[in-house]
Amino acid sequence: MSSFFDMGGYAAFVWPAYAVTLAVVFLNVFWARRALARSRAEARRRLQMQGEPS
Amino acid sequence: MAWTWFHRFGSPPHVYRLAARLTPWFAWPAALCIAAGLWGGLVLAPPDYQQGDGVRILYVHAPSAWMSLMVYTTMAVAAAIGLIWRIKVAHAVAASCAPIGASFTFAALVTGALWGEPMWGTYWEWDPRLTSELVLLFLYLGYMGLRAGIEDTQRADRASAVLAVVGVVNVPIIHYSVTWWNSLHQAPSVMRMDKPAMPPSMLLPLLLMLLGFTLLFVALLLVRLRGEVLARERAASWIREVVSV
Amino acid sequence: MSAIAVAPEMLQERARTGALGAARLALLRDLQLAFRKRSQLVQPLAFFAMVTLLFPLAISPELARLRELAPGVLWVGALLGSLLALEFLFRDDAYDGTLEQYALSGQSLTALMFAKTVAHWLLTGLPLALMAPLAALSLGVPAAAVPGILLAVAVGTVALSLIGSIGAALTLGIKRSGALLSLLTLPLSLPVLIFGARATQLAIHGAPFVAPLELLAALAVLGGTLAPLASAAAVRISLE
Repeated sequence: MSSFFDMGGYAAFVWPAYAVTLAVVFLNVFWARRALARSRAEARRRLQMQGEPS
Repeated sequence: MAWTWFHRFGSPPHVYRLAARLTPWFAWPAALCIAAGLWGGLVLAPPDYQQGDGVRILYVHAPSAWMSLMVYTTMAVAAAIGLIWRIKVAHAVAASCAPIGASFTFAALVTGALWGEPMWGTYWEWDPRLTSELVLLFLYLGYMGLRAGIEDTQRADRASAVLAVVGVVNVPIIHYSVTWWNSLHQAPSVMRMDKPAMPPSMLLPLLLMLLGFTLLFVALLLVRLRGEVLARERAASWIREVVSV
Repeated sequence: MSAIAVAPEMLQERARTGALGAARLALLRDLQLAFRKRSQLVQPLAFFAMVTLLFPLAISPELARLRELAPGVLWVGALLGSLLALEFLFRDDAYDGTLEQYALSGQSLTALMFAKTVAHWLLTGLPLALMAPLAALSLGVPAAAVPGILLAVAVGTVALSLIGSIGAALTLGIKRSGALLSLLTLPLSLPVLIFGARATQLAIHGAPFVAPLELLAALAVLGGTLAPLASAAAVRISLE
């Protein structure tokens, strides 16, 4: 098991590489969902403002 | 017949609803492929006779680099369509691509540096492929900066579309840089015309990761696209039913 | 400044002249206007001189060392000087409505953009090219290299002006667009930098520099055919 983590001596390079890539993947998912939520909230706000009597 | 199809894709409410329905069909297969690819790359695939276990970085570096180029091309094509036919949805697609592409370009550069240090003895080298990949990151950042600098959405769409199209010349430069110039970076072993020069035990996890990342891109694009489409629709009645949860 | 309003009307009047005539008029107008504000012309040159001065002070005054650095110093200086001058390319015309007149005149906006870029080069790139030998000599470059350096910078700055015009047109009307303009222009200017520095380096060592010079010329021609199209499109977008 520890030889797996050791990655043949390259652990200091392999694991950070995977960590950075997976971080980018998860951040993208997070950012995309957040962007959508913000757009929806903004659209809702615009509708409310338009609904108000002028 | 074909034109109805084309027009439906230009219709924002249709695109919004379609994107919402399609997202899971890309998101879950993406997760599966990536998980399988990670398992294959980290555990099942053999170590390289020269690079040992260090070669496993390939399974995250190559897909990231692929993403950086593929996303930019998609962005440029969408931008061109938006410019030529004045289709707002196309501009929305281009806008959605940029942050995705930029982050994976960053990942490609970082994983490349982490691979380069043990293999070539240096984190960075000003050779054509690395330099043009860095240029690609600047193109993405410039695109997003230009969008952010222009307040009017329509003008921002069109101005950044011109930029995206002008910058697309960098994509073939990056891809072919390793064959055109003597480069430190290795020549393409998968994306070539003849058969890939890689054993199946390595090729399979790599293809899984490439596929997984591509599916992930579509899923991310669909999610962002909905928000971008919403932002470009002013007083549309379809928004009411779609947004009031 | 109201005298400038005459030229766009002349464009419409002489619609029969066609694109080439209109382009000539635009070019002459830009040159005339620039000479009224001669102080602005000197700025990129002074900047270039300052940049050249910085390196010996910051790195080493040894001529042997400087000779090694000279290609890089000259080209970074030329690139930055060119960038500095780009902001002025469209700014005044956008402010006083001339750009809008150009777009509405019915003349080929592409030809007019080309003319403006040529004027820009004549006013900044060419002077930079003429100054480059002086800067090079101050960095310990042998006199034999001067013709090569002059040629390389002259051709390279043509390409830089053309590429830069795209970014300048895209960032029209954005306040404090200097950093963004650099971010947009520099990635596209890198090939010019690479080949220009290579040509300069070969010239300094007395080796034949025709190959990179030809590549620079190719970039200039490519820019000349494509950049005005892109800037015209960008200007129309900015004026909408």
